[in-house]
Amino acid sequence: MTAVDASASALEADQLLALYEEMALIRATEKAAHDLFLSGLVKGTTHLAAGQEAVAVGASAALRPDDYVFATYRGHHHAMARGATPVECLAELMSKGTGLCRAKGGSMHLTKASAGMLGSYAIVGSHLPMAAGAAWSARLRGTGQVAVAFFGDGATNIGAFHEALNLSVVWALPVLFICENNLYMEYTPIHEVTAVADPAAGRAPAYGIPAEVIDGNDVLIVWDAVRRAAERARAGQGPTLLEAKTYRHFGHSRTDPASYRPAAEVEQWLSRDPLDLARARLRALGVLDESVAAADERAAATVAEAVAAAKAAPEPDPGDAMTDVWADGGSAWRT
Amino acid sequence: MADVNSSTPVITYREAVAEGLARELRRDPTVVCLGEDIGAAGGVFKTTSGLFGEFGKGRIWDTPISEQAILGVAMGAAMTGMRPVAEIMFSDFFACCWDYLANEIPKMRYMTGGQVTVPLVVRTANGGGLGFGAQHSQAVENWTLTIPGLKIAAPSNPADVIGMMAAAIRSDDPVVFFEHKGLFASKGPAAPEDHVVELGRATVAREGTDVTLVGLAATVPLALTAADQLAGEGISAEVIDLRCLVPLDMAAVLASLRRTSRLVIVEENPFQGGWGGTVASIVADEGFELLDAPVRRVAGANVPLPFADVLEQQVIPTVDAVTAAVRTLAAY
Repeated sequence: MTAVDASASALEADQLLALYEEMALIRATEKAAHDLFLSGLVKGTTHLAAGQEAVAVGASAALRPDDYVFATYRGHHHAMARGATPVECLAELMSKGTGLCRAKGGSMHLTKASAGMLGSYAIVGSHLPMAAGAAWSARLRGTGQVAVAFFGDGATNIGAFHEALNLSVVWALPVLFICENNLYMEYTPIHEVTAVADPAAGRAPAYGIPAEVIDGNDVLIVWDAVRRAAERARAGQGPTLLEAKTYRHFGHSRTDPASYRPAAEVEQWLSRDPLDLARARLRALGVLDESVAAADERAAATVAEAVAAAKAAPEPDPGDAMTDVWADGGSAWRT
Repeated sequence: MADVNSSTPVITYREAVAEGLARELRRDPTVVCLGEDIGAAGGVFKTTSGLFGEFGKGRIWDTPISEQAILGVAMGAAMTGMRPVAEIMFSDFFACCWDYLANEIPKMRYMTGGQVTVPLVVRTANGGGLGFGAQHSQAVENWTLTIPGLKIAAPSNPADVIGMMAAAIRSDDPVVFFEHKGLFASKGPAAPEDHVVELGRATVAREGTDVTLVGLAATVPLALTAADQLAGEGISAEVIDLRCLVPLDMAAVLASLRRTSRLVIVEENPFQGGWGGTVASIVADEGFELLDAPVRRVAGANVPLPFADVLEQQVIPTVDAVTAAVRTLAAY
């Protein structure tokens, strides 16, 4: 993994504290989602991103507000990093009409299009070509926007990953491919099903795409790498691939206790919790522990309010089941 | 189809595809085309001939052989302000990018609670009759009919190609646009300027009083030929060109049945799961009292498409199969 670039220190203490608070907010929201699931208030499934917050928050901080983000079914952190609020997300998870997608998407499809967060996709790898398409659109319209696809290590073995990488570099698209390598494709270690050590970054050279392996638990490192990749993209130099090594604190999905992970490995990664790493960086920058504790308290209070508000929110109108198939808002298919 | 007179310019179905695209490319700068060999090569069927010369590589984009990337890229562009027209060279290749047609493009608006629209067109060469064998000859319009959220257009003549292309590209919904391989060389009157055929409006291609033949794309001229032969036997067949499967103009079918009381559905896709089953089920439900005879379906056989002409003619709808089906209804 690369050392912190000297320019990474350009992030001021107050900026880093803000990123820390965002990560704390995501962590608290994921914890709340976990608890709500156990209490029966969240149906279906959830794929929690606790432990992977630094990738979303660091990347988002390096992007313009009008850039595009595409995420996976493990995407709560990406929706929130682009501005979705805890209450919007939790209401969606709890099947409430006030949810981000009016309870028609659920945990796996959080989307906030108004913030350029163009969806969470539950077919592995499907959104990499879409991000390339949004980047193509930005190039055609001359807006200087970039598009980012976040994906897991498991996506590196599906065809869409390879088709997207090849097309993006051939068309010199302003797109960033950011792999969150949490070491497991679902339950199976990625190294058991992939011959190269870095499943994303190890493939990029074959397509002529510059790649970097980074510490995905260090928000500052992620921010710096994404900042540089976005600059390249905006300068017309095409796509970049980043492989961020990270770890999920929960299992793959809500039914998975992740007992297949060695205790020593879990312990080692928990000792590198992205929140702890950010705290250490803040301390080194002279930020008082009280300021960090205050950020934690604000996050906890916001999520507590969000849980209460989401619980109190109304169910969706049953009639909504038949709306919004078509752009006219309806679902009529015949005369 | 309107009669062709000496003062009306005549163009081929193939030329109509390029003309329909060119009209929209001229009209709307957000329209952009992508696909395999569509640029300087003009497309393997020459359906994009001339576009690269007029609009250049900034509007007409050659892609690698990457069907998932083609549709995924088109989708991402459609979600962000463009109106892409993606070509999948043969409709058989939908199986290579089925995720985008089945899971992604048609569901985006719904599952985001209406936040995102996907205004794109997927063009493809569909159908048999040219001896391309089992992986390049299928009529797969029924594949797309199984997916809520896709509009499905399949024109039968050059003027409709142009008018329906305009409607498809201007649609804010995703449209799958089936161009029939067997019709590319066929000719018809050119479309007038700014010709737009609203999606979901069937048309009466030939009026009749004894039996209704419902067709789509290549089965429309086939049904018209059958109707000519039947007229010689004193049977007056009405031919309905459905034009689209979604929206499906059942009002037009039911209105025709009020006149004829007999129905033969002529579809090229396989009988099993073919679109005629949907039409027949609605007629059984809503038009039962209009019928004087059973509903017949002349459809593709439930086998892969064979190579040899003599074999292919056994499994795709033919004029003889249509006239035979109609004659079986005469007894009622």
